[in-house]
Amino acid sequence: MIELVAGNPVQAFVQQVVSGLASGAVYASLALSLVLIYRAMDVANFAQGEMAMFSTFIAYALITTFHFPYLLAFALTIAISFGGGVLVERTVIRPFEGSSVLTLVIITLALFSIVNGTAGLIWGYVFKTFDSPFPFGSVHFQGLYIGYQDLGIIGVTLVVLALVFVFFRYTKLGLAMRAASLYPEASRLLGVRTGWMLAFGWGISAAVGAVSGMMIAPVVFLDPGFMQPVLLFAFVAAVLGGIESPLGAVVGGVLVGVLLALLGTYVPGGQNLRIAMGLVVIVAVLLIKPAGLFGRSEVRRV
Amino acid sequence: MNARVAGLPVYSLVLAIAGLVVFIGIPLTTNSFQTFQFANVAAFVIAILGLNILTGYSGQISLGNGAFMAVGGYTTALLAAKWPLPFIGFVPYGLTIPLAGVVAALLGFLIGIPALRLRGIYLALATFALALAVTPVLNNYDGFTGGHAGVFLKSARPPFGLDLSNDQWLYLMCWAIAAILYVPAFLMLRSRTGRAWMAIRDSETAAVSSGISLAYYKTLAFAISAFYAGIAGSLFVINNAYVDPDSYSLALSLTLLIGLVIGGLANVWGPILGAVLVVWLPYFAEKSAGIRLGPISLGGKPDIEFGIVLILIVFFAPNGLAGLIGRGIRWYRSKRDAGRGAAPEPVPAVLKEATQGGEPSEIIT
Repeated sequence: MIELVAGNPVQAFVQQVVSGLASGAVYASLALSLVLIYRAMDVANFAQGEMAMFSTFIAYALITTFHFPYLLAFALTIAISFGGGVLVERTVIRPFEGSSVLTLVIITLALFSIVNGTAGLIWGYVFKTFDSPFPFGSVHFQGLYIGYQDLGIIGVTLVVLALVFVFFRYTKLGLAMRAASLYPEASRLLGVRTGWMLAFGWGISAAVGAVSGMMIAPVVFLDPGFMQPVLLFAFVAAVLGGIESPLGAVVGGVLVGVLLALLGTYVPGGQNLRIAMGLVVIVAVLLIKPAGLFGRSEVRRV
Repeated sequence: MNARVAGLPVYSLVLAIAGLVVFIGIPLTTNSFQTFQFANVAAFVIAILGLNILTGYSGQISLGNGAFMAVGGYTTALLAAKWPLPFIGFVPYGLTIPLAGVVAALLGFLIGIPALRLRGIYLALATFALALAVTPVLNNYDGFTGGHAGVFLKSARPPFGLDLSNDQWLYLMCWAIAAILYVPAFLMLRSRTGRAWMAIRDSETAAVSSGISLAYYKTLAFAISAFYAGIAGSLFVINNAYVDPDSYSLALSLTLLIGLVIGGLANVWGPILGAVLVVWLPYFAEKSAGIRLGPISLGGKPDIEFGIVLILIVFFAPNGLAGLIGRGIRWYRSKRDAGRGAAPEPVPAVLKEATQGGEPSEIIT
């Protein structure tokens, strides 16, 4: 993703920012999927990255084993992920709705373990390459090289974000889902099936996560652990943006992407220290501005 | 059943003797690999006990205790095999164990300070990041830690010319340390400190308004938890005579949490059951790799089994295996007492024994 540019340091800097935007877009979409679930039921889904990993493996299998064209595989994967998300909510999460934070953390970690193990069982632990849908090469613009791949990732992410926004803002189902998460009791009285709204929330979240997995997969290699750092950066993005704010997740994702790209270039050993940097950002945000950039501050009732 | 020998109920004596027989029997009857595995069980007991203090009793979710184990493990490895101290040379294994605990405790204390401001899910996120950060950080400073290649140690030999195999000695040493470390944990949890931790877990607001200092007790819980994790990490390194950064992946921290939850959160005996499970379940999962369902062979890596057991435990037995056993004992006693007809109404076992001054049938937490 990083293309080296000789010469002008300002140009080199801008170049890094641009390539940070692409990975930032991936973090943003996974962060958005985390925030969707967090808003609906106050769970930080630790299995989100593994679910996206599994979706990406499904796309991989559709393309390499069954020889589907990329676009069809892409669409099918999103549909399957939606169904999988709904199924997971109905079977694994539903019995624990309203449990303590610790219980929910444990359940999502159990899910993490199961999904990871299943992927390992089916596809093994050998690294695989996932071909990029975007052409090789780059656009030359004002002395900057912007890869088609980066442009493609940013474009697809923007489309996904727009779709999610339109869905929640302008459709009746989206309205019902927002109502169900904000005022579950009132919604139920008005005939909204809140349980199913939660399940749909998981479905949409899994679908958005699947897109993030399929976008990053050509850049990194595919193995059952490949989404774990992405999940961490998505968490960092969500915390930075305010864990309840979808807009914050997107802004946070982009910021984290750019920050990590700069870190990798300008700090020696920065590649190894990326995750430690994520830890530092999480802790710093929580200490300085716990609500994040776009969140409301937490009110505790006694 | 109320017969007593030397003031103790007979059944607890029988249990103690049975426990001792099993303890001594294991290294005598099993092969060296199995003995070695049981030594690892002891190290896991210590690590999970530490996590229990932090997560089970104090309610601070930690997904990052593997990081404290890493600090303990590397303290031992670097002092005993990589960096000789001036004038002293390489530090003997035995001395590095308490040092590993102390260094880890220091890190735990430092982590506990920002953690004061983090509650619930945020603490889980931060410690998750901590768990993921360990391996790349260790790799990054490879000049100091040895990096990917790891550090090799000489295998520990029994001292004083004891006629034991290496594995038998490791087994004895690890279990002796586990037993010693159980005592302060046991006492702390029953003291003012333990009650303060549990008060914080159940309601921080209520705890603060009763005059409990959150800052003091939370950082204390982190430091002590890290101390136990550090010792456990040190013992692992001594057992394996090798350490590398990949030993401290996210999987290790998750394994600790899995062991804790399956054994029994906030139960003193939970860590023992949990440790046995996390060491031996992978072994049996590997053995069952021959079982095939169509094109898919079951087993190999135990992640799926762990996940399923975890969900089942949280759903059916939130107090873990130890809680389940406790419930079984109580059920048996109430049956037995009712069947005797001595008491027209079954008296709860706890009350009954309280009036007779016997062993409490349940660990009240």
